[in-house]
Amino acid sequence: MKFADLLTSCRASSDLGPLVQSIPYANFLNLRIDIKGDEFTCILPFEKKLIGNPILPALHGGATGGFLECAGLFYLLWKMDTKTLPKTIDFNIDYLRTGQPRDTFANVVMVKLGRRVANLRIEAWQSSPDKPIALGHCNFMLDA
Amino acid sequence: MEEMMSPEEEFAQRWRKFADVSPYNRELGLLPHSVRPDWCVLKVDYKDSLVGDPNTRVLHGGVITALLDAAFGFSIFVKMPQFRPMATLDLRIDYLRPATPDKAVLGGAVCYKLTPDLAFVRGCAYHESPDDPIATAVGIYMFTSGSTVIQNEERPR
Repeated sequence: MKFADLLTSCRASSDLGPLVQSIPYANFLNLRIDIKGDEFTCILPFEKKLIGNPILPALHGGATGGFLECAGLFYLLWKMDTKTLPKTIDFNIDYLRTGQPRDTFANVVMVKLGRRVANLRIEAWQSSPDKPIALGHCNFMLDA
Repeated sequence: MEEMMSPEEEFAQRWRKFADVSPYNRELGLLPHSVRPDWCVLKVDYKDSLVGDPNTRVLHGGVITALLDAAFGFSIFVKMPQFRPMATLDLRIDYLRPATPDKAVLGGAVCYKLTPDLAFVRGCAYHESPDDPIATAVGIYMFTSGSTVIQNEERPR
């Protein structure tokens, strides 16, 4: 199936599973996406391979960062009518708390949608949404 | 007598010991490439499993994030007499161009300021030369109290 067709069918069914399957890195992270009405949640199920510091233990900053970026991308693929993957222009990550060895969730806010650029804020949390472990702020270039 | 190792080799070996205890570094296959106090380089080989866009086969940005985060830690590591546990406070990455499929990506970094609490680092990801970067990045790391993973004893000069 063509990528554009895959996008259309995933949007129609609100099931992004096949889309995640088609992107090797997202698959490597074993991402899940939960869409309930207007609410979008991206889930990074805990796995030992995501650990950066085994003594604490804590999630690798790169794993959390990659997860935030994926969450932003999938949010845009779901929300927008793009035919290709948006391109990350820049990405700013604030690490607020240690990532515990447990499942991590991400919610996305579209701060501004321009003609060509989408500005997103992505919050990753574990125990509760009001205790974010990391905050991503990024610009994505959308296709014309 | 042990065979003499260059300070670079010694650092690379020590960092590898440290990096190898991190499952995520192992999973991505991050390896030390070259070491100088003013430019520490890690390498990640191209892997199909790390692709972010199946159409272009370009590596996902998350791989670049992990590579740079690890290289940043590495560059702080070589500036200190002993390894202190630290946490990434803030990381900013600008993606300048896509990585070329099938090519290994290098992540170079320098820690340009150390304070008792913080380390300021900058670096970039590239294929051949840092003058032609795939992504540029800056980061701030904070030292935390906690047990060290390994000691960085006997700092070579």
